[in-house]
Formats: sequence, C-alpha cells, structure tokens
Amino acid sequence: MGELFATYNILGAFGLTILLTVSSAVGSLVIGTVVAIMRVSPVRFLNRVGAFYVNVVRNTPLTLIIVFCNIGFIVNLGMSFTDNIARNNIIWAIIGLSFYHAAFVCEALRSGVNTVPAGQAEAARSIGLTFGQSLTEVLLPQAFRGAITPLGNTLIALTKNTTVATAIGVAEISGLMKEMMEFRPDVIVVIFLIVALGFVILTLPIGLVTTHLSSKLAVKR
Amino acid sequence: MTEAPKDLPTAAAQATEGDEPPLAAAPTKEPMVVITGVNKHFGELHVLRDIDLTVGRGEVVVVLGPSGSGKSTLCRTINRLEPFETGSITIDGKTLPDEGKALAQLRSDVGMVFQSFNLFAHKTILENVTLGPIKVRKKSKAEAEAKARELLERVGVTAQADKYPAQLSGGQQQRVAIARSLAMEPKVMLFDEPTSALDPEMVNEVLEVMTSLAKSGMTMIVVTHEMGFARRAADRVVFMADGEIVEVATPATFFTAPRSNRAKDFLGKILTH
Repeated sequence: MGELFATYNILGAFGLTILLTVSSAVGSLVIGTVVAIMRVSPVRFLNRVGAFYVNVVRNTPLTLIIVFCNIGFIVNLGMSFTDNIARNNIIWAIIGLSFYHAAFVCEALRSGVNTVPAGQAEAARSIGLTFGQSLTEVLLPQAFRGAITPLGNTLIALTKNTTVATAIGVAEISGLMKEMMEFRPDVIVVIFLIVALGFVILTLPIGLVTTHLSSKLAVKR
Repeated sequence: MTEAPKDLPTAAAQATEGDEPPLAAAPTKEPMVVITGVNKHFGELHVLRDIDLTVGRGEVVVVLGPSGSGKSTLCRTINRLEPFETGSITIDGKTLPDEGKALAQLRSDVGMVFQSFNLFAHKTILENVTLGPIKVRKKSKAEAEAKARELLERVGVTAQADKYPAQLSGGQQQRVAIARSLAMEPKVMLFDEPTSALDPEMVNEVLEVMTSLAKSGMTMIVVTHEMGFARRAADRVVFMADGEIVEVATPATFFTAPRSNRAKDFLGKILTH
C-alpha cells in the first residue's frame, strides 16, 4: 500500500477533489442564494426566471453539463481563462459543478424560507426595513438555519459529484483510480478501498457537523 | 361633575342629537391618519367597503366588530401590509406610497403590534428592539441599546434583555413587541388584536402597558375584543360589520346606547356572559 502512495500522487488527487468541492460549494452557495432570492421575491418575472433555472439545471445530467463546459465553452466557443489546459479544465469544472448544485442549494434554501412564519417578514416590514434588509436581517438568517440539513445533503452529493470532472480530464481522485486500476490490477481491491475510505473521511464529518449545527442553531419558536 | 352620566336618557339624547351617522366625524384635533374611500376585495369577498375614518393626533380609537368584519384588514391596510384597490390613506399628511423605499420609510413611523407577537426568533430581546433604530434610523449601537433598555424597563422586561423570544411568556413577548415598535418613535401605533393569543392571566399586563401608552398621548388604533380596555382608554369606538364602518361613538355612548341593530346584536352577544 505504501508502494501505491509512493508511485501515485493519491494525496494530491484527493487535494484536487477537495479544491473542486470547496470552490464549487462556495460558488453554488452564492449562485443558489441569488436564485433562491429570485424565487421568493415579490417580482413575478424573477420568480419565473428562478423556477426556469432550477427546473432546467436540476433535471440535466451533471455529466452533460460538465462535458458541455469543456466541448461547448472551451473547444467550440474558445472561452479560456488560461493557456494552461489542465487548469482551464479545473476552472470550467468548478463553474459547471457550481451552477449545477446551485439549483439544489436554491431548493434547500427555499425549504428553509418556508420554515419562517409569514409574520416574521411582516414584522420586519412594519418597522421600516426595506425588502433587502428584511431578507438579510430576518428572513435569510432564519432560512439558512432551517436549511442546514438539506444544505449538508447537497454538500455531500457535491463532494461525490466532483468525480464527474474526470470526464473532462481533471486529475481528481476518480481519474487517478482508473489509472491505478489499469496498471496495478493485482491490488484492485486495495485501490478501491483507499478511494472509498477517502470519500468517507471527506463526507462523514459534513454529515456530523450539519446534524450538530442544525440542532444547535435551530430557531426556537 | 363634568363627566357624562351613564343613564339612558342622556345617552339617548346624544344619540338622536346627531341625525346623520357621524361616519367620518373629524375629531377636533389635527388629523394624523386619514382614510378616505378605501375599498378592498379578497377575491369575491368585499372586505373593506368605502371606509372613511380620521384619527386625530393623540387620539385612541378602538375598532370593534364581529370576526370577519374587516377590522384586522383595516388595521393592516394602514401600513400597507395589505394592499387596497381604491381610496387613499394619509399619515401625518403624507399619502401612503405604493411600494419601495418610500413605503418602508413611512412604515417606520407607524408602529405595529401583532396578535402573534412576531418577535424576530433568531435575535435576542435587546436585538429585537435595536434592529430598527440601527438599520432604519441609522443610530449608533450604543445609543440604540441605551434607548432599548429604557423602553424594556418601561414595559417591565429588563431582566430578559439577553434571552431569546421563545424563552419568554406570551405576555412578555407582546410587551417586547410594543417596545420594539416604540423604539422607532412612531407617530401612530396600530394594535391588531394584541391580546387575543394570550393566556387570560397575561392579558392585563399587556393592557396596562397599552393604557399607560394611551395616557402618554400616543395616537393609537386598536383592534381588540377587550371591552374593558375600550371603555377605559378609547376616545372613540369604531364598530365594523361586513366590511363597513357601522357606527362611530364615544365608548360611553356606544356601550350604553348603540344606534345600529348590528351593534346592539354584537353587544348583546358579548356583554351578557
């Protein structure tokens, strides 16, 4: 096993998996929050745009989105951030993962918004807060607390979904796994177990932390 | 004795004196809230029908009526938590704008106390009272907190300042809600059935705060079922039924000699038990 770690950069590949996860988590949280605000805003046009986004993106296979990021944006439209091909693919993978998971973040947040009684927004408006202030001071803080568990689920799914980035040649752990299995078929079970254990180490704490937070930060009514 | 005696002849004389129903009877004081020709529907249901009402500065108006009469809706239209279709509402001479920043600004001058308290559940009592002054009035945190503690003392919940709303009793929460509104230094306070969700033993502590507020000269519009409060604190009683203002009178007149049959019927149902 030590030999495997010596020959292949397993930790480096996991590092890339973590980079993809963290960057896409931030990206999807930002985009998802914006889309969620659109979906709960009083402007009907924004509601429709938000709903359209969620329904299109949520129902499109992630592989398709990631491959389109490569073939569509990089190859066909020539939209590159850098000349370094590997880095360019990583950036586009993060963008694809962010936009895809934003749809799920939006719905998680919206379920959180639904836990906030209508009276909270009325009270916020009645003391003269603007729509934006009502959102940032009253609605969203309570919605986030009510959405911690589904947000945790989305984050766990995102962590595992980073493996799709291998489809456009991003050298994260599942790409390395394929390579190792090809050259070391004698230890295939060990390789499989290492990768599986790696993902458990990454995702198990997310579940534990979000479960803890959801009860600790729960809004008592 | 300058106080009007409660015997019937005098009250009846008062009732027949003004022949037309004084629906829009303008108070002698300078007007603070002027509601003119307001109509509103909930789908097919005509919940507010041609409402005209003027509330003077420093006046306490209690709105009574059976459930479904539109009194809560009227209360909520005054700061446009409910939109209305026709008519206009002005507050201290300013017409209620449709939406946006101007409306938020006007709402900050209109305090509102809800049946279900609606304290911000994720903020402490102190934060509940300072949020508006800091975010809307742009006061410093220290200034807002000093004022908030003063108000919490006035409503008798100083000891709870660092707790969360769920840790307080209903009566305490409602008194905090009053303090939260007062922190904005409103020109008028609206109360939408403030004691209806309270356990009976907590009703009085809230009514006492409201009564002292009324005595301090605050302009108040109170939707309530507390007849005792109406008798004690109201300058005028507005009786609503089926979305209309049926009767406007002083409490003494309204409770002893109601003019309309609907008011008589209503009082008969609530005062006999």
